[in-house]
Amino acid sequence: MTLARLRLAAQVLAVVIVVALFGLLAWKLTQGESEVTAQLDRGGSPAAPAFTLERLDGKGELEFASLRGKAVVLNFWASWCGPCKDETPLLQEGWKRWQDKGVVFVGVDVKDFRGDARAFLARYGVTYPNVYDGKGSTVGRYGVTGFPETYFVDAAGNVRSRIAGPVEDAAELDAGIERALAPA
Amino acid sequence: MRLVALALAALVLAAPAAASEERPTAAELESELVCPVCESTLDTSNAPVALRMKAFIRARIAAGDTKSEIKAALVDQFGSSVLAVPPKRGFELIAWLLPLAGLALGVVAVGLLAWHWSRGRGGDEPPEADTPLDPALERRLDDELARFDP
Repeated sequence: MTLARLRLAAQVLAVVIVVALFGLLAWKLTQGESEVTAQLDRGGSPAAPAFTLERLDGKGELEFASLRGKAVVLNFWASWCGPCKDETPLLQEGWKRWQDKGVVFVGVDVKDFRGDARAFLARYGVTYPNVYDGKGSTVGRYGVTGFPETYFVDAAGNVRSRIAGPVEDAAELDAGIERALAPA
Repeated sequence: MRLVALALAALVLAAPAAASEERPTAAELESELVCPVCESTLDTSNAPVALRMKAFIRARIAAGDTKSEIKAALVDQFGSSVLAVPPKRGFELIAWLLPLAGLALGVVAVGLLAWHWSRGRGGDEPPEADTPLDPALERRLDDELARFDP
């Protein structure tokens, strides 16, 4: 192999490495960016990312797609999150009012200990289904920026609105649900 | 004799590692684990989940768990991203192999280049001219050199 060929091979290799690193950077950036929040901010109704997660009540797994046909109040929370403690009774109360009207409440416990999550649900008497996402696999895809955060999904599986931070009162919760129930 | 000395040295080095595995301290575990929310090591984080993890670590140490058992319990809850140093298996192995592969590639590239450069110099023999000098230029060169002759 001549020096010129060796130099050419080294240059090609360097370009390949740089392109690969840029690819890795682009992949990482797109992983961190949520299409859901971006589309919501533009006034759109993005499809709610699918997930299948372990239920905290021990009844196997919950597949989000199985809820198609009903409006879903999807609440991201953690037992160590202070505002979640204030919000949970409001959600439980909302669940009682809406469960017979084609609305499902689902809690997603994120980055938490299972035991702590179960104790939290028992302490606040939560009866709507809750799933466990200790690794936080749903956080990036939904664009959750903090806890708690609530998404309102319509019967077609599209996110209609979200509340970043705690739901303040029943009126705010009901407004989100009514948007999810309204025709597209 | 030399073998005995080597074995003793190995034992001396291995003893602290074994002690750390069997009787870990909270401080060392907190420096080897990452808060899943703020993504800094537990020893530098006061996030609520980090405080909860620290309490968990202390409880498990008190219960007599080994370092590996405590880490495994936390990975089971939060995933392998809580480990400050990626495990040497599966996809995370890439984090260990890529720098080594890069280093090896660099050494090979530098070695090859050095070898080619040293071959290109061709020892003590003067390099042969590929093309003869232009007669006018040769004359001018002779004149210039003649000026420096004593």
